[in-house]
Amino acid sequence: MSARVAGVILLAALLCVPFAVRSEFWLSFWLLVLMFAFLGQSWNVLGGYGGQFSFGHALFFGIGAYGTAVLQVRHGINAYVAGAMAVAIGALMGGIIGLLVFRYRLRGAYFALVTLAFAEVARILVASFQYTGSGFGILIPLSRSVENFQFADRRVFYLLAWVLVVIGSLIAIWLENSRFGAQLMAVRENEDAAQALGINIVRTKVLAIALSGGMAATVGVFYVQNYLFVDSHIAFGPAMSIEALLVCLVGGLGSVFGPLFGSVVLHAIGEAAKQATGNAPGLNLVLYGIILIVALRFLPNGIAGLFARRTRPKREAANA
Amino acid sequence: MLNVGLLLPAVINGVTMGAVYALIALGLTLIYGVLHIINFAHGSLLMLALYAAFFLYALGGVDPYVAIFVLMPAFFALGYVLQRFVIHPASHGRDENILLVTLGLAIIIDNLALWLWTSTTRTIDTKYSFEVVDLGVALIPLPKAIAFFGALVLAAILWWLIAWTDLGKAIRAVAREREGARLVGIRVEHIYAMTFGLGTAVVAAAACLLLPAFYVTPQVGYAFVLVAFTTVVLGGMGSFTGALVAGLLLGVVEALCGLYFGESLGQIGIFVIFILVLLFRPTGLFGARA
Amino acid sequence: MLEVRDLGKRFGGIAAVDGASLDVAQGEIVALIGPNGAGKTTLFAAITGFVPPDTGHVRFLGETITGLPPHAICARGMVRTFQIVQPFGGLTVRENIAVGAHLHHPRRKDALARAEQVAAQVGLDKRLDQPASTLTVAGRKRLELARALATEPKLLLLDEVMAGLNPTEISEIVPVVRAIRDSGVTVMLIEHVMQAVVSLSDRAYVLNNGRIIASGTTAEVASDPNVIEAYLGHGAAERVKTQLQAGHAS
Repeated sequence: MSARVAGVILLAALLCVPFAVRSEFWLSFWLLVLMFAFLGQSWNVLGGYGGQFSFGHALFFGIGAYGTAVLQVRHGINAYVAGAMAVAIGALMGGIIGLLVFRYRLRGAYFALVTLAFAEVARILVASFQYTGSGFGILIPLSRSVENFQFADRRVFYLLAWVLVVIGSLIAIWLENSRFGAQLMAVRENEDAAQALGINIVRTKVLAIALSGGMAATVGVFYVQNYLFVDSHIAFGPAMSIEALLVCLVGGLGSVFGPLFGSVVLHAIGEAAKQATGNAPGLNLVLYGIILIVALRFLPNGIAGLFARRTRPKREAANA
Repeated sequence: MLNVGLLLPAVINGVTMGAVYALIALGLTLIYGVLHIINFAHGSLLMLALYAAFFLYALGGVDPYVAIFVLMPAFFALGYVLQRFVIHPASHGRDENILLVTLGLAIIIDNLALWLWTSTTRTIDTKYSFEVVDLGVALIPLPKAIAFFGALVLAAILWWLIAWTDLGKAIRAVAREREGARLVGIRVEHIYAMTFGLGTAVVAAAACLLLPAFYVTPQVGYAFVLVAFTTVVLGGMGSFTGALVAGLLLGVVEALCGLYFGESLGQIGIFVIFILVLLFRPTGLFGARA
Repeated sequence: MLEVRDLGKRFGGIAAVDGASLDVAQGEIVALIGPNGAGKTTLFAAITGFVPPDTGHVRFLGETITGLPPHAICARGMVRTFQIVQPFGGLTVRENIAVGAHLHHPRRKDALARAEQVAAQVGLDKRLDQPASTLTVAGRKRLELARALATEPKLLLLDEVMAGLNPTEISEIVPVVRAIRDSGVTVMLIEHVMQAVVSLSDRAYVLNNGRIIASGTTAEVASDPNVIEAYLGHGAAERVKTQLQAGHAS
């Protein structure tokens, strides 16, 4: 069975969840799985297809979350408009940071650390000003109606999240079949050779990070509309950054359904561990760390790599 | 402009905090600065050593300054094993993978600590914890003063090690030209593991010097990781003097930022400096290469 | 087509390229030869924008291109290959070549089709779906060539495309290069393999210590005493002449 087929089957199964599952707990659980799958896909665009590993993707998630929260609560802007604006800001910030960072040729570990630094700066900033709720965060007033992008029935959110994941997969498929995607992957594989073939490296990377930022911001918007609350730790803390990269790495870098596989497997295992150990704090995260190292050691192509290959070659393990 | 009365204590405070940053960064200078092992677990190892020192004192009555001699060899061994048998095999040698593997280690260590020891803040009170050093313009807690000198001593030892011993020469050889070093008979994987072990031992020493003046929670690791990298990069990779100066500088910057912009914005200066250094001067203050 | 004047590039205290000038006319195959370390690859890098020259200028098709970034120079029709091959390891052969084809073919289908065409030109048509990382050295050299060709260049700069190939492989690639010129692409090549230089190129420039010390047809250049000295050392020209005369006499 190819990874694509498995992915489609998984998507179909997930579509059934709101109709098959009765408990609020499990609905929320799978909703989160879908949101993190799309977050992972946003990371995949930059990290999997583009080869630039970000350690601070929470920055874009947080911009989406805080962006929409602040616009709604402080400026009374309609929820959908606020959401769209927040996504735009996320993409824009991606572009700006990309221009700054890629023009100065930051790569590899330096790039990863710098993105972490940006996320930390954002975290400290929002926690320091009244405008963004300082240490308390921002609460969006409860007002369940379609116009306010809040739904009494969580299943609506679930279906919207499912659609997001489908869109994310389509974006990945587009990357694998477009000129931009081919250029992005060329840059990932070998920058000098890519340049020699006419590819503008900075421009390609900047577009990738802008797309990635916009996608991550979308998850932030979604998250806030669902939980109606955000604070500096949720938005810009390490948890979201790690979630984004973990889900993608374990699931399969640079593959269409990798982030989905990763999200499902990781959270299923994590939840099972939590239940088995009586909800001890931290233990399921220990498991995540172990899975990460095991995946790096034994699964260079992630879970997606376990399925029959089309013609996708194995990731090069040798030094560049 | 604020008056000197407020400025001077802030600067002095910053210097003592900066000594702490320098201490923590020294081990990383060796690991990351010299051999380019991007050890994201550095903060977590510090946290682990802090807990070790804490429990040695709380359960065994061992003074942290004595615990140095116990913990340094123990953590050397831990570091050696981690590099040789976990990090190296899992990362297949690629830089980005090393970062990811050590991230995995950090997640494991941080959350194991959370699970085992909970988030309760732990501190120790030794008989000298409350002694102060009177500098005339400010009072410095004795443990912090000791930490300051500890940083200087450790830096000197590391410098001597790298410059004058055979091991140091081997490390420098591997850092400069790995395959060439292999060809002249240096066991490269062993050297990498030795360096990592040494760096971790230094972290353990830093923890012992730090504990009387500080505290430990499972989150402490993450809090220090980026600062440690900033210190190493700002100081110029591989330069122990650089790490010292950079640490002090960052401590002062943090104190001043806190003074002018408010307490919560204190650390922002550090991260902004990190970004600026990476963009505009990746060789840092004293470094030879980026 | 290509006009290089007084190009200079220093690294630290060393002049890798020191006032080099050369011309390449349309439809030629021009060789750039010289002993190891002469600065040939640096010259290529300076011409194609990978390394900004300190002095001098480069004009291509009447336009000054000195200091332009590599991707802009490629877009104008001058493409280089690398001495140490740089395949896109994680992609298949077809996908590799398609990256080059995308320069002038925005649509994926077109680029992939063009990639197949070019692969056939260089003899890689049986390996289209292989991962690039599994190719042999000879295969990778062909891939390097194919990728550059796919960008539909007007001037192709080949950096030691024969290096590392055995005599059979060399004799297979030579006609490919010739066919490329015959199809309308001008070629400049850095080469050490004399067999290739002699059979392919119309003219040659000899670079030594960053300077052009000789130019002309390959025959002229091969018997130039400066060139012999550059390769064989000081005084070698005299010795070679004496040897040859002794050889004729006996």
